[in-house]
Amino acid sequence: MVEITSPEFKANARLAMGDGQLQQALGHVRTNFINKRAEAKANLDEFDELRDSATAIKDHVLEHLDLYLEKYEEKVIASGGHVHWAATADDACKQILDICRSVGAKSVTKGKSMISEEIALNDALSAAGIEPVETDLGEYIIQLRGEHPSHIIAPAVHLNMDQVRDDFIKHHTHLPADRPLNEPETLLREARAILREKFLNADVGITGANFLIAETGTSVIVTNEGNGDLTQTLPKIHIVIASIEKIVPTLEDMSQIVRVLARSATGQDMSVYTTLSTGPRREDDPDGPEEYHVVLLDNGRSSMLGTEFQDMLRCIRCGACMNHCPVYHAIGGHAYGWVYPGPMGAVLSPSLIGVDKAGHLPNASTFCGRCEDVCPMHIPLPKMMRHWREREFEKHLSPMTQRASIRGWAWVAKRPFLYRMMASASARFLWLLGGVNHRIKSLPFAWGWTRHRDMPAPEGSTFMSQWRERQARDAGDL
Amino acid sequence: MSNSMPKNPRVALFVTCLVDLFRPSVGFASVKLLEDAGCDLDVPMCQTCCGQPAWNSGDRADTRDLAEAVIRNFEDYDYIVAPSGSCAGMLKKHYPEVFKGDELWESRVERFSEKVYELTSFLVDVMKVEKVDAVLKADITYHDSCAGLRELGIQEQPRKLVSSIKGVTMTEMKNSDVCCGFGGTFAVKYSEISNSIVTTKTGHIKETSAKMLLAGDLGCLLNMAGKLRRENSNIEVRHVAEVLAGMVDNAPIGQRTPKGGGR
Repeated sequence: MVEITSPEFKANARLAMGDGQLQQALGHVRTNFINKRAEAKANLDEFDELRDSATAIKDHVLEHLDLYLEKYEEKVIASGGHVHWAATADDACKQILDICRSVGAKSVTKGKSMISEEIALNDALSAAGIEPVETDLGEYIIQLRGEHPSHIIAPAVHLNMDQVRDDFIKHHTHLPADRPLNEPETLLREARAILREKFLNADVGITGANFLIAETGTSVIVTNEGNGDLTQTLPKIHIVIASIEKIVPTLEDMSQIVRVLARSATGQDMSVYTTLSTGPRREDDPDGPEEYHVVLLDNGRSSMLGTEFQDMLRCIRCGACMNHCPVYHAIGGHAYGWVYPGPMGAVLSPSLIGVDKAGHLPNASTFCGRCEDVCPMHIPLPKMMRHWREREFEKHLSPMTQRASIRGWAWVAKRPFLYRMMASASARFLWLLGGVNHRIKSLPFAWGWTRHRDMPAPEGSTFMSQWRERQARDAGDL
Repeated sequence: MSNSMPKNPRVALFVTCLVDLFRPSVGFASVKLLEDAGCDLDVPMCQTCCGQPAWNSGDRADTRDLAEAVIRNFEDYDYIVAPSGSCAGMLKKHYPEVFKGDELWESRVERFSEKVYELTSFLVDVMKVEKVDAVLKADITYHDSCAGLRELGIQEQPRKLVSSIKGVTMTEMKNSDVCCGFGGTFAVKYSEISNSIVTTKTGHIKETSAKMLLAGDLGCLLNMAGKLRRENSNIEVRHVAEVLAGMVDNAPIGQRTPKGGGR
């Protein structure tokens, strides 16, 4: 299991903000992703219409998910494949291990998959004596480092090139230590040469899926490196691991959603490879796997259906929300403490690992709304974070002092006369503290604020009391 | 609604709790701007807070109580105007959510919410104000507060009005549409992250030639002014209503009164 450190979110964030290397690496997210998406959006007149249409497609699917899943299963079986239903992460790992063991697999190549991270598949494979080999370059790098992705589409975005070079020198010991590795291209070439061997030796290839198409029983991966294609065509067995909400009804539906996916993610019109696989190799196919398996993971998703969190299941994992999130920009992905970072993680993680563990995540948002603004699927992320806050408030999971101060403040705010008096007293008190400089350097009850910035002082009396005086004065003049 | 709009609409000022407590001058500037635009202005005395702190803390019950009080106190006016995109957004966009599913209230809330506006958008979009009379020699940069920008689409309106002030130069900062890190209780609960975000923001502000920072929300202004003061910057920080109303004799936010009592 990926260790859950979400309860230590604040400490994680503090470390991340003090990490100069990480802060430098995050520059890529802060500017490049944003500019490229903006450009891609500007270059496609119908971008917003496509978003509406993509949203409608997914909404329709979620209303009839059972129906489309059954249809999909039927089509996979008809094309010669196998479907495995996994209620939990453990079930999914077990099913995948069973398939691997059935052919005595020693080595498994993997395309990039966040579901694989969610179910901690690499740990399960390693424990069973099967070597998992990540073949996406970013995933490969963080696997060498024993890390997890810090971003759902750019797993190694928290690293810079020097770190990658050092890792390659440390791990690729069969190569001369003084070889030149100063260019991205040379790093890429080296990784490619090593992975080529792994591809050829793998017994099983495991990929995720960006879409599962019900009408044809097809799984679709959208990639830029071509590693996914080698993963799923070279080994004898191809296993697709995907969560149930990846279903779309038709090829046409997929081709609509795919038009907003890469544009929202990397700003590309299309990713370099959009690869469709349907069933195992047929008799007259030149290549392809002998067996084709799909492991369909629920892991808590079906319990989101029909709740205020259903819209989250529209997510197509483009990463636009985190690319535009000021909190993600400040702390990076690992601080969130589990698989899914950023705004989408702040909504999804509490559903999957429990709000008791992930409770910080939906709170650590300014509700600036930029995530919802750029989400290709119009997911109301701030609203759903607020729903989590409601659950925490109801279940008394939020800190007692916070709940008490909100309730106390609201009690006063419901009594206008009392509120007036207290506001006037506060305005006076804080004004006095402000002195001639009109600013307060330290306030014990707002320590979090004044530790980092001054508290501008009020003007001395409230608007309402000044307004009342003015009304009285005006009435006197008449 | 504009077709049937009376020439002198009855407008209620929703002062907002931050303006009430921290900066009454923004309230008086709003009064002046609305009266100059021809509004028959009133300030309902029963008002306290829109309930946003409770709403964003997950406290639905208290939010609902406070929202009911606001609606009762304000629903008889032609318009309800707030010098804050955040509070106006709460009244306009979030109140319908608060009462969702309550048939007794839904249509009542809808009628109320339709009449709610943020100050600069009300002046430009409803009252069709093209320019203001103010004169101010200043190099100004403008921060777009998130709720105003993304919930209410406010971006052009304040710029249009500020640009009409005689003597003003507008200098856009980088990423003016990115959050300043305030986020209400976020600034206290996650103060270190908030600090990181506001530090980026003040960096962008200081990169411009501007000597004055404006925005339409006091929460963001207190945050940015507080950070600028801590960084010993002397950039003046004010609410946009103050400069539009020509009321700049008082001390800027978190600063001493200018020498000689102003300009």
